[in-house]
Amino acid sequence: MARYLVRRLLYTLITLVGISIISWVIITQAPGSPIAITLDPKVSPKIVEQMEKNYDLDKPIYQQYFLWLKRLFTGNLYSFKDGRPVLDKIGERIWNTLLLNFVSILIIFSLAIPLGIFSARKQYTFFDNLGTFGAYLGISIPSFWLAYLLILGTVKLFGYPVLGMRSFVTEEFSSLEIVMDRLWHLMLPSIILAIGGIAALSRYTRSSMLEVIRQDYVRTAKAKGLPEETVYYKHALRNALLPIVTLFGFLIPGLIGGSIIMETVFSWPGIGRLAYQAVLARDYPVVMTINTISAVLVLIGNFTADMLYAIVDPRIRYQ
Amino acid sequence: MIKKPLLEIRSLTTHFLTEDGVVRAVEDVSFDIFPGEIVSLVGESGCGKSVTGLSILKLIPSPPGQIVNGEVFFEGRNLLALEEREMERVRGNEISMIFQEPMTSLNPVFTIGNQIMEAIELHQKIDKKEARQRAIEMLDRVRIPSPEVRIDSYPHQLSGGMRQRAMIAMALSCQPRLLIADEPTTALDVTIQAQVLRLLKEIQREMGMAVILITHDLGVVAEIADRVAVMYAGRIVESGPIESIFGQMRHPYTRGLLESIPQLEEKKKRLNAIPGQVPNPTDLPAGCKFHPRCSLRIDECQKGEPPLFQVQGNHYSRCLRWKECC
Repeated sequence: MARYLVRRLLYTLITLVGISIISWVIITQAPGSPIAITLDPKVSPKIVEQMEKNYDLDKPIYQQYFLWLKRLFTGNLYSFKDGRPVLDKIGERIWNTLLLNFVSILIIFSLAIPLGIFSARKQYTFFDNLGTFGAYLGISIPSFWLAYLLILGTVKLFGYPVLGMRSFVTEEFSSLEIVMDRLWHLMLPSIILAIGGIAALSRYTRSSMLEVIRQDYVRTAKAKGLPEETVYYKHALRNALLPIVTLFGFLIPGLIGGSIIMETVFSWPGIGRLAYQAVLARDYPVVMTINTISAVLVLIGNFTADMLYAIVDPRIRYQ
Repeated sequence: MIKKPLLEIRSLTTHFLTEDGVVRAVEDVSFDIFPGEIVSLVGESGCGKSVTGLSILKLIPSPPGQIVNGEVFFEGRNLLALEEREMERVRGNEISMIFQEPMTSLNPVFTIGNQIMEAIELHQKIDKKEARQRAIEMLDRVRIPSPEVRIDSYPHQLSGGMRQRAMIAMALSCQPRLLIADEPTTALDVTIQAQVLRLLKEIQREMGMAVILITHDLGVVAEIADRVAVMYAGRIVESGPIESIFGQMRHPYTRGLLESIPQLEEKKKRLNAIPGQVPNPTDLPAGCKFHPRCSLRIDECQKGEPPLFQVQGNHYSRCLRWKECC
């Protein structure tokens, strides 16, 4: 097991390096330069040259990559846009993003799995068909469109702001009201962020459950005299959830992509919105660092999924 | 004194409603099982023998399956009329069942001990420690070496033969009076087959339970059964004590089955096979279901389903020409 862990970590590290190189090439070679975007086109070529030198844009691309890597690890990485340290900029926002994503994952798992099980038990009934319809709707509706629609509806209905992480005037609020205000602002973006995941995961749970129900060991469990509920929720469910656990790893990239959109729509002060703004400004150090952090999160997700799989499936545990 | 049967099956009829039509898997099947005897249901794949076994315990997947007619009396109670709750108390407790595939019939994510104890705790009022002790005893009884260690194994850590032994231990852990064994040795190596069969017979004798042995293997039948019922296209075509079936079969299908067993002593070039195909279950021929493949057929055979003729004692045949046959 320890050997497997070490090998797995090593592969993860290599993957991470690969990701950072490829994204460095893509980001720096994309059209538009940080200087052209921030400066007036009529500025003298001398200043442009000076700025290129400041940003190391005159050096070959591989040197630029290593400089970025070196500065990232020595903490000398500064944003092109405002000159602030990149890690500070990200550090003050990353927890907001993690909070949003954590709540979304919680919503996804706590809703999708019961929904999928219920659909499987009631296969081809009205509820199941409704679930199928809802899932396709959830997967196909563009989240930004739904977000604007819901913002409009909620504000009209309740007359209370939903953008940002909290209301502006909170001085006279009691601590309970502050908590409620925070939860209120968290509600819409996290639910919309979760919709795609709920739709996909509930379908996976349903089909996994339907497949397991036909297995011989389910019949054995019935032949033992176990009540239907025990057969279903002990013998079948435990097996049906095996593949679902691995989906945990696939969920994270979707959420990160989704939070860029949701944070922008909801003015949520997280790294998704920061990344979006940095891309528009061609702020390479910020974009690259957020990219790397996202990659690390995804790889951690995959790693956790593999570990979880080994925990829940004895056949993998003992190999 | 006439012994009372443990299980009486009367006109059992099970259909499957599929998109291609109604599959008449079991049609008007009746037979008795007496305490302590081994009755074998024999036939080709798809003849309805497994469905008969599953119907007794009401384990037919429904939909599409449906028991449309018949009664199954177990010690006087009609199982088919029982509520699901009452049926749960019969399954695994009074009547147990073991299945063909030991590889897939055990749940891969629970230890075999866990799965055996589950049955014991379900049907008997004993605590976990005692249940574990009982499970170890059962594993020992089915000759699994070092049962106190093996009890914590997962199914994938055991060989096919060991898994089937664990299945048997689980099925017998509540000392049922009837065991339905659905092709218990088909998936095993020939040497392991013999061991498992011998074990089944031994335990059956010790516990005095009755066994319905479902198989397509006449060698297995000859080895341990007391009585045989041969099934074809959902019907019993011949039934009787083993000596009388093997000694003087009275149905051309039974003869065909016996002749298709390869004989090592005779050096024949080709195997004897029954000509033709098993009929499509949604579109069965009129009259005797076997007549299209039968060498003894006469016009009479197509006119109506022949009844079961009494050959002698409890030997019956569903052939119009049973007197001339074989």
